[in-house]
Formats: sequence, C-alpha cells, structure tokens
Amino acid sequence: MKILVCITHVPDTTSKISFTDNNTKFDKTGVQYIIGPYDDYALARAVELKESSGGSITVLNVGEAETEPTLRKALAIGADDAIRINTFPRDAFFVAKEIAKAAQQGEYDLILMGRESIDFNGGQVHSMVGELMGLPSVSPVMVLDIDGNTAKIQREIEGGKEYMELDLPFVAGCQEPIAEWKIPNMRGIMSARSKPLNVVEPSTDDTATEVEVFELPPAKSGVKLIDPDHLDELVNLLKNEAKVL
Amino acid sequence: MSALVFVEIEEGVAKKSSLEAVSYAAQVDGSAVAIVFGGLTDEEASKIGAAGATKILNASDEKLATPNIMAYASAIAEAMEKESSSLLVLAKSSLGDPVSARVAIKTGASLATNVVDLPDTNGGFKVKCSIYTGKAFAMTSLSGDKKILGLKKNAIAIKEDGGSATVESFSPSLNDADFKVKVTSREKATGEILLPEADLVVSGGRGLKGPENWGMIEELAKTIGAATGCSKPVSDMDWRPHHEHVGQTGVKVSPSLYIAVGISGAIQHLAGVNSSKYILVINKDGEAPFFKAADYGVVGDAFEVIPKLTEAIKAQQG
Ligand SMILES: Cc1cc2nc3c(=O)[nH]c(=O)nc-3n(C[C@H](O)[C@H](O)[C@H](O)COP(=O)(O)OP(=O)(O)OC[C@H]3O[C@@H](n4cnc5c(N)ncnc54)[C@H](O)[C@@H]3O)c2cc1C
Ligand SMILES: Nc1ncnc2c1ncn2[C@@H]1O[C@H](COP(=O)(O)O)[C@@H](O)[C@H]1O
Repeated sequence: MKILVCITHVPDTTSKISFTDNNTKFDKTGVQYIIGPYDDYALARAVELKESSGGSITVLNVGEAETEPTLRKALAIGADDAIRINTFPRDAFFVAKEIAKAAQQGEYDLILMGRESIDFNGGQVHSMVGELMGLPSVSPVMVLDIDGNTAKIQREIEGGKEYMELDLPFVAGCQEPIAEWKIPNMRGIMSARSKPLNVVEPSTDDTATEVEVFELPPAKSGVKLIDPDHLDELVNLLKNEAKVL
Repeated sequence: MSALVFVEIEEGVAKKSSLEAVSYAAQVDGSAVAIVFGGLTDEEASKIGAAGATKILNASDEKLATPNIMAYASAIAEAMEKESSSLLVLAKSSLGDPVSARVAIKTGASLATNVVDLPDTNGGFKVKCSIYTGKAFAMTSLSGDKKILGLKKNAIAIKEDGGSATVESFSPSLNDADFKVKVTSREKATGEILLPEADLVVSGGRGLKGPENWGMIEELAKTIGAATGCSKPVSDMDWRPHHEHVGQTGVKVSPSLYIAVGISGAIQHLAGVNSSKYILVINKDGEAPFFKAADYGVVGDAFEVIPKLTEAIKAQQG
C-alpha cells in the first residue's frame, strides 16, 4: 500500500503567539516548530499500517526550506521519502491544489492528513483535496482499519461517532486515538539523513483569501477570588455581574 | 439573489448554531434562504423564519435523510446556483466543515472559517477569523465573487423577530459517486446537551481522582443546564468519553460560562476554552495556572466546593 501523509510545520502547542511588522507577520522569535499534533497521529497510523501490511510512506509538506527539519523528523519516525513543495502555504485552497497535484502523480492508495492544522485550524485541506481529486474525504477519524481494498472507519461527530465503510483510495483527517504518537529512535534519526527529500516547485499561484492583519485577544483583567465558605457570593456574581445563570 | 444557509437538523431540531448562521446571513445580505435535509417540521420552519430566512429549501429525499458529506455538498452547490447566491453561510461542525470545503471547490468560492464577527464590507469583504486555536485573530479578505463563511459559535445572536419563511421542496440531482461512503451506524448521546453547542459547560480534570466522582459534576451541570466536558488525561484514561475532551486536540468550546474543576490549566487545555465569555476555576491549588485565565475562582477542594455550589444555586433558583 502506498500512503501519502501530509504534515504541517507549526509552532509547538506551548508557544506564545505574537506578531511583528505592524501585526502582519507571525513572530518566530523563540518559537519551536513541530509536526502538527494531528498530522503526527496520521503519520503514526501510517507507520502501523506499513508495519502490518507493507508498502511505503511518503510525507509531504507545502512550505519553504525552513520546514525541512520537520520533514526529516517524519522520516525518522518511519516515512520512506519526503516531498517539499517549495512555497509559502498561502491559504487552504492554494495548499490543497498543490497537494492534489502531487497526490495525483504519486497514485497513492491512501492519503492521510491531520484533522486540522493548529495554526489556521481550518480543517479544510483534506476535504478540498478530496473534492479536487474526486475522492471521498473523512474527518475526524478516530479508528482506521484496512482490510484488502476496504476501510472501516470511526468518525467523531458532536456527542458521538459514526461507523463507516469505504473503498480505497480516499483522504482521511486523523485524530486520537487512531494511534499513539511515535518518538523517533536513534536508528530512525540516522537513517532519516539519507532518505530522499525531493523539493518540487509549486504549479499555481491561485489563492482565495488573504490575511491583511493579525490581532491578539484582549487580556483578561484578572481573577476575582471567592471564599469557598461564601459560595452565595459566587452565585450572585454569576447571576448579576456576568449574567450567565 | 439571497445568501444561502445550510441549516443542520439534529433529531428533528434545527441546531442553535445553524440559526445563528441564518441570522448572520440575513443581516449581511438582507435576505436569507435556508436549505435543510432529512425532514422539516412546521415548528422548526417557523424558528428558521424567525431567525431571518424568507425561504426554506426542503430537500426531503429519503436518500439524503442520513448526513452525507459529498451528497450534501453537491446539493448545496446546486442550490447556490439555483438561487444565484453569492454567499453561503454555515455553522462550523463535523458536517459543516467538510461540506463547506467541498462546496468551495465545486463553486470556486472563497472560503473563510472560524469567523467570529460580521464582515467589514468597506472596500472589499473582510472577516475576523479565530486562529492559533483561539490565541489570535486574522482579518481575512475574501477575493472571490462567491464567498463561503464557516461561523464559530456566538459570532452573532439569533434573531427571533423575523417573518415566516415559505417552504419550497427541493430535489437536487443525485449521483452515485456521492454515495461511495457507507455510514453503517451512528452512536450518539441522546437527550444530552452537546458540548460544542452548549452555552454553559462544566468540565472536570484529573483532580477529580476517578470516574466514580463525576456524579457531582453531572449534578451541577444538570442544575444549571450545562454540558459536561473534561481534560485530555481524563478521556485518555477512559474516565469519560472522547467526545467530551476539551482543548487543543479536542473540542473547542465557546460558552458563556466555562466551569473548570480540578483542571490545572495547561496551555493545551486553555486553547480549547479561550473563546468562553466567562471562566470559573475551582482548584485546591491557588497557584494553578488556570486562575490566570479565569474571571472567577475558588481555591478549595472540589469535593467540598462542588456540592455546596450546587446547593447554593438550587437555593437561589427557589
Ligand atoms: C500536543 C499536546 C496536546 C494536548 N492537548 C490537550 C487537550 O486538548 N486538552 C487537554 O486538556 N490537555 C491536552 N494536553 C495535555 C496537557 O498538557 C495537560 O497535561 C492536561 O491538560 C492536564 O490535565 P488536568 O488539568 O486534568 O490534570 P493535571 O495537570 O494533573 O491537574 C489536576 C489539577 O487538579 C487539581 N486538584 C487535585 N485535587 C483537587 C481537588 N480535590 N479539588 C480541586 N482541585 C484539585 C490540582 O491542583 C491540579 O491543578 C496536550 C498535551 C500536548 C503535549
Ligand atoms: N502546508 C501544508 N503542507 C502539507 N500539509 C498540509 C499543509 N497545510 C495543511 N495540511 C494538511 O491538511 C490538514 C488540515 O489542515 P487545515 O485545513 O489547514 O486545518 C493538516 O492537518 C495537514 O495534514
């Protein structure tokens, strides 16, 4: 089975978010970059599927040269080769078109992504890629089992889940508990250095949206502490000050 | 030429977040047409009208009764064409998100999601979108002639003074390719208030020690009409179902009040709750980081505070 895993290169979940250049650029100072946590689940499941039924894993990122350490980490975790589409990921539509084109050429049996990126949180790219390629897309996927040409999936919905069946190929957006995150071992890290990482130039420049300026939410004004022996006062505040009860 | 709104009907009832989308579209475009699948009662039709829709397209075909992402996307794209809509508005959800992305590709529309406010239409069309899991916003301009907006909960209040909507039956063309995914069954908590839709949320963390102690959380939630949530370790340990897990890698909530009990306030948990209007934290450790993100706090043992708080609320409810 040939699996494509699309990964994002995003600020660590503990990063402080701030902007520069009159709030038009993300401030990268001191920020650690990681494989998107949901993409990490997708990759982990791909590695398990490869372990159980063979095949190969290609990881792909649409991004500039700075994302290569993140791709190398994915190679260390167990991908066989990597593709970097050499451009700034301008918006979901743009990224989806680039991924769809690369995926078409690679003739993958399965395309795994994360449920959403943790920078723009769109949750759009997998469905867009599916639509562009005429394939089904399913997200967020909690369980993915493959038997021959058919997949059995559990998809999370509000307050529950859906059980579904479909034939390969398709696109899936993954989340826990699909697999346990994998930590690269020394052998993986060593072998990752010599695995192929192909840089491809983008083929379009269409975007549908553009961010003009970023904004931070207003800071909280500070917590009002209430004595545990005077909870009446708390109820009063919730009712009459916050007006939420 | 009206804005189209995809209204989700859950167990016969129009979702609150979808009614917000109707009011949003009516305000932006002057008039709104809703599209629904799987059956529509008179009561729900009048709610959709009151929220601001002048017409409802009722796609009642039996084959569309269970949610089907690909078929709904095709039907909605067809409805946009039929109504000459240049704007589609919908609420973010496990159904709305994939449907909107597919419709965007089908129609060539510009799609913005996690929209938190009405658009700025002075010289263009800009919306404020929540990004970095609620830690920032992006003022995003949409360049296409057609536009699709995925709304975060609470982007706008639901109107209740609209007129009544005419109901028109709508039979979109169905193609086999859209029925490749077979939903074999659905499991859904019934009668519960759903977390992503909830206006009040009571969440418990590892500080509660074990699943057997959730009785007091449920009792408090029931008393105020809240949904229940939890932190990631709690769902990882199977104390609570996964769909209750709030945070960076779980459900993002935006209630009026989020009550966190025995949760330390790790940055990944905060990422799921930072769009709450008010946050109340109950933790025995006064140094717990959650207090920095809170509006109200009680430093105390949850096992004493929660039952007492529930009693105090009941007493005031009379
Ligand atoms: C990539 C990544 C993604 C993550 N995503 C999420 C996510 O989506 N959601 C999430 O929640 N976490 C997430 N986490 C985990 C997160 O970092 C924390 O580990 C987790 O939120 C801690 O859960 P907790 O607050 O329940 O437990 P703890 O941190 O153990 O806190 C328990 C709290 O309970 C208090 N307490 C103990 N006893 C009592 C008592 N009797 N009365 C009152 N208070 C009491 C303690 O003082 C303490 O503050 C993620 C981590 C990573 C690395
Ligand atoms: N620049 C990118 N390069 C590769 N994959 C991406 C990129 N952006 C998004 N994806 C994939 O699409 C998923 C959903 O992203 P999004 O629609 O941005 O929330 C992510 O979890 C990734 O798997």
